[in-house]
Amino acid sequence: MENIIHSVKNLSIGFRSKKNDEISILRNVTTNIKKGETVGIVGESGSGKSTLALAMMGYVKQGLYTIEGECLFESSNLLKMKNKDLEQIRGRKIAMIPQNAGQSLTPNLKIGYQIDEALRLHTKFNKNERDKKISELLNKVRLPSPETMAFRYPHELSGGQQQRVAVAMALAGKPDLLLLDEPTTGLDVTTQAHVLELLKFIAKDTGTSMVYVSHDLGAIAQVSDRIIVMYAGEIVLEGPARSILKSPIHPYTYGLLKSIPKLSLSGLPDSMPGSQPQPGNIGIGCSFYDRCKIAEDKCKKNSPSLEHILELQTSVRCFNYKNLKKFNDKINSITQKKNISKGVNEILNLTDVSISYAKQKILDQILNKITDTNPTVKDINIEIKKGETIALVGESGSGKSTILKSIAGLLKIKDGKIKFENDRVLSSDLKKRDSNDLRAIQLIFQNPDESLNPNHTVEQILSQPLKLYFSLTGNELKKKVAELLNKVRLGEFYMTRYPRQLSGGEKQRVAVARAFAAKPDIILCDEVTSALDVSVQAAVLNLLQTLKEDFGTTYIFVSHDLAVVRAISDRVAVLYQGRLCEIGPSKNVYQFPSHPYTEVLLGAVLEPDPDIKPKLVAKDIVEEKPPEKGCCFQGRCPRILGDKCKNETPPWQIGDDGNAIRCHISVEDLKKNQIKK
Amino acid sequence: MLFLIIKRIFLGLITLFIVSLITFIGTEVLPGDACTTYLEREAYGAALEACYKRLGLDIPAYERYLSWAYNVIQGDFGYSLSGQMPINEVLGPRIKNSMVLASAAIIIGIPLALILGIITALWRDKLPDITISTITIFAMTIPEFISATLLILIVAIWLQWLPGIVIVPTDVTFFELLPNIILPVIAIAMIMTAHMARMVRSSVIQVMATDYVQMAILKGVPYWQMVFKHVLPNALLPAINVVALTIAWLLGGVVVTEVVFNYPGLGRLVIESISNRDLPTVQALAIILASIYVSINLIADLMTLMLNPRLKSLQIRK
Repeated sequence: MENIIHSVKNLSIGFRSKKNDEISILRNVTTNIKKGETVGIVGESGSGKSTLALAMMGYVKQGLYTIEGECLFESSNLLKMKNKDLEQIRGRKIAMIPQNAGQSLTPNLKIGYQIDEALRLHTKFNKNERDKKISELLNKVRLPSPETMAFRYPHELSGGQQQRVAVAMALAGKPDLLLLDEPTTGLDVTTQAHVLELLKFIAKDTGTSMVYVSHDLGAIAQVSDRIIVMYAGEIVLEGPARSILKSPIHPYTYGLLKSIPKLSLSGLPDSMPGSQPQPGNIGIGCSFYDRCKIAEDKCKKNSPSLEHILELQTSVRCFNYKNLKKFNDKINSITQKKNISKGVNEILNLTDVSISYAKQKILDQILNKITDTNPTVKDINIEIKKGETIALVGESGSGKSTILKSIAGLLKIKDGKIKFENDRVLSSDLKKRDSNDLRAIQLIFQNPDESLNPNHTVEQILSQPLKLYFSLTGNELKKKVAELLNKVRLGEFYMTRYPRQLSGGEKQRVAVARAFAAKPDIILCDEVTSALDVSVQAAVLNLLQTLKEDFGTTYIFVSHDLAVVRAISDRVAVLYQGRLCEIGPSKNVYQFPSHPYTEVLLGAVLEPDPDIKPKLVAKDIVEEKPPEKGCCFQGRCPRILGDKCKNETPPWQIGDDGNAIRCHISVEDLKKNQIKK
Repeated sequence: MLFLIIKRIFLGLITLFIVSLITFIGTEVLPGDACTTYLEREAYGAALEACYKRLGLDIPAYERYLSWAYNVIQGDFGYSLSGQMPINEVLGPRIKNSMVLASAAIIIGIPLALILGIITALWRDKLPDITISTITIFAMTIPEFISATLLILIVAIWLQWLPGIVIVPTDVTFFELLPNIILPVIAIAMIMTAHMARMVRSSVIQVMATDYVQMAILKGVPYWQMVFKHVLPNALLPAINVVALTIAWLLGGVVVTEVVFNYPGLGRLVIESISNRDLPTVQALAIILASIYVSINLIADLMTLMLNPRLKSLQIRK
């Protein structure tokens, strides 16, 4: 096979445990990368996908070592190569585009220097040619004003720009193979779509082979020709992108696809039970046995091998894959959530709320002068009814978490009122709230690793709100803790465990249980699923929905993920730069006509379907501050009308369906233009 | 930037003012004063009164403070009570001696600490690291009065290579002083180098584990280029402040070491003037030591600011 550029042969990588056992993270991985091909490697955290990508550059992280196998590039094994020889290949023949470019660019060196370094190492250009090449590269990755960009430091760029610099750096050595390790994770939806589009263009333009590692099937679907699915350190499925995404023949891939919330469907995605086994805890049978719907007895005792099916050009590691075929037509079906009757009573009301991060100068404080005429969050009016789930969506900097914090009393509001139950004004100062108000509003944070005290057992964590608000003690307390654990589907035996002994999903369940321990009326969910794997995310979403049905709690759900929001919420508020753009019932917000910003956001969502392409309608720029006057979205709006948008604050237009859009363009015109497309 | 420097200098002056007030009040409320100490058993009646009058201790405390402060601003610290000579003359040679000791320790200790720290970090858990780390931890844990005494015992008494105790007049010339400072410098440098080497080690190890260093490796950057361009500038930034504090500590007189070696530096002067209730000298020393700390910290902060692009642009934006 002439056109194979990189091949991985029977690769196992692992580490020695404290008991000196050999524990493998990667197990017998074999695959080939062809010239000009883009291969997507997909898997959840801990599946070994990043270890595989790094091994393909001959790099094994500290503490790990190669157990067996080889990574062949130009017929030499990179894993046995000397550092000196590797330096000739890394950056020149194989280049890496890292996850989180912000942390992967050296903070004390200018952008230009870091690109120049790669050029100096891997090309024969002289100083002048290199300078020219730097601006050429910066231009190619579509960074604004490449001349001045070279003299800036990494921290002076936005996340999307940093990622582009990393791409430019990787392209500097004209590599034959590009390895991309979650290159768009952590970027805003619109930025992510733009960066992906750039990567696709580069692949086509330069004919470079790419290996795209990600947990995000949506991103993988957009770029890959071929997909490798990894589970617990093994390849479980490998084949052409389309057939893997449309009719997966491995139960894990099937479950994974089912657990992704989709933009086009309302309702909650199915979750997969259990979680991926930890390295070292994998039994003799199939590693997916515990979570598999179609498992049989033989799966428990024998580990299936990777079987190649010629007519599908697919390799699959499953005894029963044929049985899965009959499920495949249901891949796009979704369970509808129960329509629970929502109260008509208003529980929380935000009136003209604005929040400012600007510090007042001492003199202005004394004179009681308001200096900040352009606060971070402004004019927020939202009424929240008892028992509904309202979502706040927007990109980073949209003020969605800021609003949540001030409802929780963690941030003082500058203007406006937050009213709670029967028009009682809620103080925005936590210390002035009484115990009952504190109990009524609970928070669940994004990252359970940081929100749970590592030195407390689960029992202690859950006891705290019970002691504080209900003064429970002794057996009564213990009984209640056990009850809570059962509610979030964790057994009583979890009581004595510490957070570090729990998986990510289990930790978030404990955090959910802690919030519910206070019997709150409102729970504020701040990106509660974004740190979780997709299959776990679906489980947490389902849990939140069931608990809500049982307790009638109101959720205020903040997320950047439009598909997740679609799955869980009844009503959606779209925010840009701390201003409301659109608010309405979930099904209407996700339907045209929409506010141009909602349109941009919806267009940028990546679906795990190679046939649905993102629509990039707005410029990819980052605005640091909201504009002083006019519409908040004027700087990026694809449908801007002119001076009117720049000078006048747009009016609210409320449709018959209860959907309110704040735009100068009439709803009829928006409808005409958006639906035509 | 300029505004920042002015602001920091202003804050430094306020610090100095507070320090002078505290030392003044402190020495004032302590029982006994210069005259009772000086006159000992004759400290009563007319002799005591005459002494008070001579030293100006009969006027109210706040008036004394004000006139003292006024003179200090003009660079005059007044008269020492015990030695009966201008404090400026007492301080001059002491400062010089302390500077000699400190500079020698800095010149030897800081580069050594950096090199040892970097070596131990780059060869982490290998033989060089294990050997050096064991020695540094050992050097760190031995109190300086023990190591100083041991040095005197071994080098000066057993081997008789160097003088054990510094017996020179306060105003010796530099070259006369030189053989005398070797042992004190070793005693100080040992503990200082050990502390700093440990700090540099952990800082370098931390930076070596960052994503950007991994990225540099994956970019094909040769090892030493990576170390000098990507690792050290970032690892040594936090070291600047520690180095500054160490320098300030050294310049301020290493009290214990100076006493053990009978070294005529600032540190010993502090002890002497406190036990003599020499209030003007104590005040002068407090002001001088405080200004050393304030100015060296200011220099260190400005250096960090200059070298760290992230802080620099933050300041400019403000």
